[in-house]
Amino acid sequence: MEYELDKRSNALKTFNTTFIIIWLLIACFPFIWTFWGSFKVRADFFSRADWWYAISAFNTLIETGGQFTSNAYSEAWTEGEFWKASRNTIIVTVFVVTISLFLGTLGAYALSRSTERYAFWILIAALIFRAMPHITLVSGYLFPFFELQIWGILPTTIVVLVAINQPFTLWLLYSFFKTVPKELDESALIDGCSYFQAFRYIIMPVMWPGVITAGLFSLMLAYNDFTVTALLLNQENHTMVPKIQSYLGTNQHEGNLMWAVSAVVSATAPLFMLVMFFQRQVISGLTTGAVKG
Amino acid sequence: MPNKTFFWFFLPTGLAMILFIGLPIISTGIQSFYAQHDQVVKEVKKCDPFGCTVSIVVDQEATSVLRDERPLGKFNGFGTYFDRNHLAIEQITEFWDETDTLGDFIDQVTNLPFYKALLFTLTYCLFVTPNVLLLGFIIALSLNAISRKIRGPLIFGTILPMIVTPLVGSLVLFWMIDAEGIIGANLQLMMEDPYLSLKSSRTLTWITIIIYGIWHHSPFAFVVFYAALQTVPQEPVEAAIIDGASRYQRIRHIVLPHIYPVVTFVALISLMDNFRVFEPIIGFSAEGSAQSLSWLIYDNLVNEEVILFGSAAATSMMTIIGIAILLAPVLIRTWKEFRTAR
Repeated sequence: MEYELDKRSNALKTFNTTFIIIWLLIACFPFIWTFWGSFKVRADFFSRADWWYAISAFNTLIETGGQFTSNAYSEAWTEGEFWKASRNTIIVTVFVVTISLFLGTLGAYALSRSTERYAFWILIAALIFRAMPHITLVSGYLFPFFELQIWGILPTTIVVLVAINQPFTLWLLYSFFKTVPKELDESALIDGCSYFQAFRYIIMPVMWPGVITAGLFSLMLAYNDFTVTALLLNQENHTMVPKIQSYLGTNQHEGNLMWAVSAVVSATAPLFMLVMFFQRQVISGLTTGAVKG
Repeated sequence: MPNKTFFWFFLPTGLAMILFIGLPIISTGIQSFYAQHDQVVKEVKKCDPFGCTVSIVVDQEATSVLRDERPLGKFNGFGTYFDRNHLAIEQITEFWDETDTLGDFIDQVTNLPFYKALLFTLTYCLFVTPNVLLLGFIIALSLNAISRKIRGPLIFGTILPMIVTPLVGSLVLFWMIDAEGIIGANLQLMMEDPYLSLKSSRTLTWITIIIYGIWHHSPFAFVVFYAALQTVPQEPVEAAIIDGASRYQRIRHIVLPHIYPVVTFVALISLMDNFRVFEPIIGFSAEGSAQSLSWLIYDNLVNEEVILFGSAAATSMMTIIGIAILLAPVLIRTWKEFRTAR
C-alpha cells in the first residue's frame, strides 16, 4: 500500500521513525537486558547498592575475576536440573505437535468439506471451548486424574495439551483447507479414490504451509504452557516453565534467582530463533482467521 | 462429504475435545456441589492423679477412612457458591445493614476475596483491551509507512513480547521494575523516595500489571491490523487525497470502516484472553495486592493441606459464566447471520 500521491511531510516522517524506535526499545530492551544480566552475579543484576553495577560488573569482577560469568547457566542446568526440564519440554512438545496435527488435519478437512449444518455448530462449539480459561479445565481434571492415578506423568499432560489445542488448530486448518479448491479432491473421488486417499495424496501435499503454521502454534502452546504443566505434572516431570517458577519460590540460597534468570534466557532463545526462521508462517497463521472474517 | 465419512474423519479430534474439554467442565460442575470433609473428632478422656479431663482430638483414622470412602467430599449443594470465599451472600446483607454510605458498602464488599478478584479481573480487561487495540493500530499504521526493505526485522522485534509465555514476559519486566532492577532503582533516584517499590502500593502493582498486559497483547493486535491494512483498496484512498481529505479523515472514513470486522475480532480475542489473566500475578509476585479469578482457582488447587476442589470448582463455574456473558453478543450475532443465510 504505497500511496504515490501521498506526500508525507518531514515532520511526520521523523515522528513516525521516533515512535517506531521507542516502541522497539520497549518491546525488545527487556529481553536484551535479561540476556546481558544473565552473565552477571546476583549482586550485580539485582543490585541493592547501585544499578550501574549491572553494567560495570563490580561484584562479578570480585566474585569471579571476569566481566562475564556463565556460572548461573552451568549451575541451573546441572544442580538445578534444568536439563531434565528441557528434556521433558522436548518430549511434550514433539508429541503434542505430532498428535495435534494428525487429529487436527483430519478433523479440519472433514469440517471444510462438509455442507451439513452440524459442521457449523461444531465450529461454534470449538470457539466456545477455545474461550475456556485453562485453569477451569485443570480444576476439572485434577480430581478424576488423582482417582485414576494418572496424575503427574507426561502422557496425561500430552493428551490434555493436545485436546486444549484442538479448537484453535481446527479453526486455523479449517480456514486453510477452505482455500484449497474443492474440485481438486472431487476429481480424485471421481477417479476412484476414497476420501482418505484423496486427503492423503491430493490435499496434504498442497497443505504444507498451513500444516507448518498450525504446527508452530501447537509448538508454542506446548512449549509455553504453565497452567497445565505446573498443576498436572509432579516435581520430577516438570517442564521448563514450571521449573522456572520453582526457582523463584525457593529463595533460601543465593544462586536461585540467577538460576531463574539464566533459565528464562535458555528457554526463550530457541523460541526466538524458531520464530525468526518461521516469521512468515506465524503472521499468516494469526491473520488467516481474522482477515477472512 | 457423507455423514459416515465425516464421522470417522472427525472422531479422533471430537473424542479428544469431548473427553478433555467437555467432560472436565461437567466434572467441575459436579465438584462445585461438594465440599471437603470436616475432620472427624472424638472425645478422649485423659486421667491423671489430679482427676480426669475430656479433650477433643482429630480422629485421623476415621477421617482418612471417610475420605477414602467418599473422595469427592460431602454434598454441599449451592453452599460453596454462597460462602464467604465466593458470593458471600450473608456478608453482603450484613454490610448492607451496617454501612451508612454506598462508598463504605462498596469498600467492604470489594474486600471479600471473590469480589476483590472480580474487580481486578474486570479492571484489567477494561484498561488493557482498548489500549491494546489502540497501540496495535498505531504501530501497524506506523510500520506500514516504513520502507518495505527493513520491515521484516522490525516486525520480528515487535512481536517478541507476544511469543514468550506470560510468566517469562512478566518476570523479565518484573526484574527491571523491581526496586533492585534498572527501572525501579532509577525511579527511586528520580522521585527521591528510597522506599518506592512495586510492592509498596496496590495502585502501583495494578498499574504495572496493566502495563504488562498492554505490552504483551499489543503485538497480536498489531499483526492482525497490519495484515488487514495490506488489503485496504487503494482507489478510494487516492480519491480522498485528491478531494483534499486530511490524513486523519482518510483513516477515520476509509481505513477504519474497511478493517472494522477485524477490530471486533481482535477485541473479542483479547477480551477472552484478558479475562483469564493469571500468570503475570505469579511473575510479578503480586498475590498480595492483585488477585484474579483464575488466580483464586490456582490458589485453591495448590493449597498445602487439602486441595479445595469444591471451592476451586465453584470459582471455575462462575468464571465460565463470566466468559459466557462476554461471548453471548458474538454468539447471538453469529446465530442471526446463520439463520438469515439459510
